[in-house]
Amino acid sequence: MSKHLSGSQIVCEALLNEGVDVVFGIPGGAILPLYGVLSEYPDLRHILSRHEQGAAHAADGYARSTGKVGVAFATSGPGATNLVTGLATAMMDSVPMVAITGQVGRTAIGTDAFQEADITGASMPLTKHNYLVMRADDLGATVHEAFHIARTGRSGPVLIDVPKDVFTEMGDYDPEAPIDLPGYRVPGKADESQVEAAAELINQAERPVILAGHGVVLSRSFDELMELAEKAQIPVVTTLLGISSFPEDHVLSTGFPGMHGMAYASLAVDEADLIINFGSRFDDRIIGDASRFSTGSKKIHVDIDPAEINKSIRVEAPVVGNIKDVFGQLIPKVKQATHVGWLQHIEHLKAEHPSLKIPESDRLMGQHVVKALSDVTKGEAIITTGVGQHQMWAAQHYQFKNANSWLSSGGAGTMGYEVPSAIGAQVGNPDKLVWSICGDGGFQMTLMELATVVENKLPVKYAILNNNHLGMITQWQGFFYNGDYQAETYTANPDFVKLAEAYEIKGIRVTRQDDLEAAIAEANAHDGPVVVDCVIEKVDDLYPMIPAGQSVQELIEEPN
Amino acid sequence: MALGNGTFQRTISALVQDKPGVLARISGLFRRRGFNIASLAVGRSERPGMSRMTFVVEGPDEVVRHVAAQLDRLIDVVEVHDITEQNIVWRELALIKVSAPAATRSEVLELANVYRSNVIDIGIESLTLEISGGRQKIDTLIELLKKFGLLEVIRTGRVATLRGTLIEGEDDGLFQADASAPTYILPVPTGETGSV
Repeated sequence: MSKHLSGSQIVCEALLNEGVDVVFGIPGGAILPLYGVLSEYPDLRHILSRHEQGAAHAADGYARSTGKVGVAFATSGPGATNLVTGLATAMMDSVPMVAITGQVGRTAIGTDAFQEADITGASMPLTKHNYLVMRADDLGATVHEAFHIARTGRSGPVLIDVPKDVFTEMGDYDPEAPIDLPGYRVPGKADESQVEAAAELINQAERPVILAGHGVVLSRSFDELMELAEKAQIPVVTTLLGISSFPEDHVLSTGFPGMHGMAYASLAVDEADLIINFGSRFDDRIIGDASRFSTGSKKIHVDIDPAEINKSIRVEAPVVGNIKDVFGQLIPKVKQATHVGWLQHIEHLKAEHPSLKIPESDRLMGQHVVKALSDVTKGEAIITTGVGQHQMWAAQHYQFKNANSWLSSGGAGTMGYEVPSAIGAQVGNPDKLVWSICGDGGFQMTLMELATVVENKLPVKYAILNNNHLGMITQWQGFFYNGDYQAETYTANPDFVKLAEAYEIKGIRVTRQDDLEAAIAEANAHDGPVVVDCVIEKVDDLYPMIPAGQSVQELIEEPN
Repeated sequence: MALGNGTFQRTISALVQDKPGVLARISGLFRRRGFNIASLAVGRSERPGMSRMTFVVEGPDEVVRHVAAQLDRLIDVVEVHDITEQNIVWRELALIKVSAPAATRSEVLELANVYRSNVIDIGIESLTLEISGGRQKIDTLIELLKKFGLLEVIRTGRVATLRGTLIEGEDDGLFQADASAPTYILPVPTGETGSV
């Protein structure tokens, strides 16, 4: 039944009808009419971020960790443009999000009005779809379309830009109105012939490897992945974003491959005679030089997005469909197998290439922090990270036991993701332990969100791997720019313990390996947020490493 | 169709929703994926609220083969077909304003006649011809008219459709399929539609 409401009320009712219970945002002039009705909708919890980028990453962390659509509000102009990094991050990693931005009034659009920015134009390549809504009558249907687009198919962010006077205009809202998107199809089951072809390749393979990507996580196909891997005894390599799709204490777990992945994972992929890719887009950090990527293998590529097939790597068997559905079609057709020789060889690779061995040192190193976190939390925390060396050490040394417990900006590589994404994860999972592993660089890009943490009494734990450097930059300048170090040192880092205390957050400083576990246990036991400043004396290079655009032949396992 | 220099040309036909910003979405996609538009024709289609676009795209083979799949990801694109390797008929149109004083006018008109082009405007010193057909035919007429003095040449993009008959055309548009190259465009899987 249709209701006659203001545009703002239509937005709120439509959000509630979509099951939204929390929104991350910051008000501003053009979106004030929407904030003006929030008090009428107490079920719509609003979390006030300190910067729009933080709101977007928090919505992203909420979405990744819960599977629900994350929602962010921002005002026109700079509010909207501040969201853009968060939209790009979500777009690259296919995270379902809806952003609602205020826009200047309809008659002011295009006049360079105060706080006007063409955010639909700006966000076009960084969203799955976007809208500028010019009539209150269209708002309800647009919100429902946006959620449908955000969460179905290859999920992604959708932006809805609403002029200020559309929020105040009265319009009709029919929650039951059907969605009409003639150009949008949601892949479900794959074509049987494609599945048959894939099953035949799997049944013939002697050295198969599963490459489990973010698609497995996004489609929540953890049980299915396990069933297939165990039935045919196929080792599972996860991509960076596929981490936590398969328990890492399982005998078939074979790490993650690529630029900073485990050497044995890269070697397994290289030596395989069949790669079964579930929902990975053969990212350049995995394949390096495409012409030399796993040249001896046939490839099956299961993806929900047909545009990913043959984009980077030509495959023998494309399977286009929803990964969960495809597992259901594929598993009965795959014969039980043992692959004893191949699995023994993988064990041999793991023994010969112990990529997770931490160099002997009395110093506190990034790897020690992650290892201690993994041990103390038994691999059961939700981990978020920023981007750089700390991210790779987290990916390498945290032994993930729980499905979907790893949140990291893989595609966009967004520094600063670590602080707000943990907020979203904690809001979505109030009873779980959330640890954010931060770099001192990324932490300072979004640390203003500590106020959001405190204001909302979120018990997020932050571990800063603090070496007063942009570690990855330092490493690359050393490797590829003749040691010509430029702008890699942070000479004025704040005292992070005092900084935490300024926010009335518990701060702990760790300088020695021996104190790590106690500090982490203390943080876990503390009923509230904690910042652990892990002081790492010097920059260590990160290994293994396959330089960009190279192949496993150029893999550097450890320093000379 | 190979153009040499490793460049290939593909013809794409798309049915799109007639909404503001659709062309911007499509041109933005082309720009950021590195597809070069050789020609583009847009107009209302037989379906209300829908426009049909015909693109000719040029670029490296591996790149342009993905045009249709990338276009299909856009929500406002309802249908898209890469018709390069299909039996299609296509046309372009050109308006040619050519210098034609009394001394050469009859010769210009004779040429126009041979090429079945229409005279759509007559000035004291010039004629404007309308010609439609395949690219070669139009190119040739323009070449022949050069010696009289071309004043202006205005050409449209290509419009193309699948043939309803089995007769193969010549200069009017049958592309030579490169049988050795694998076809990348996959059948769109059946599933839940966007309309729920």
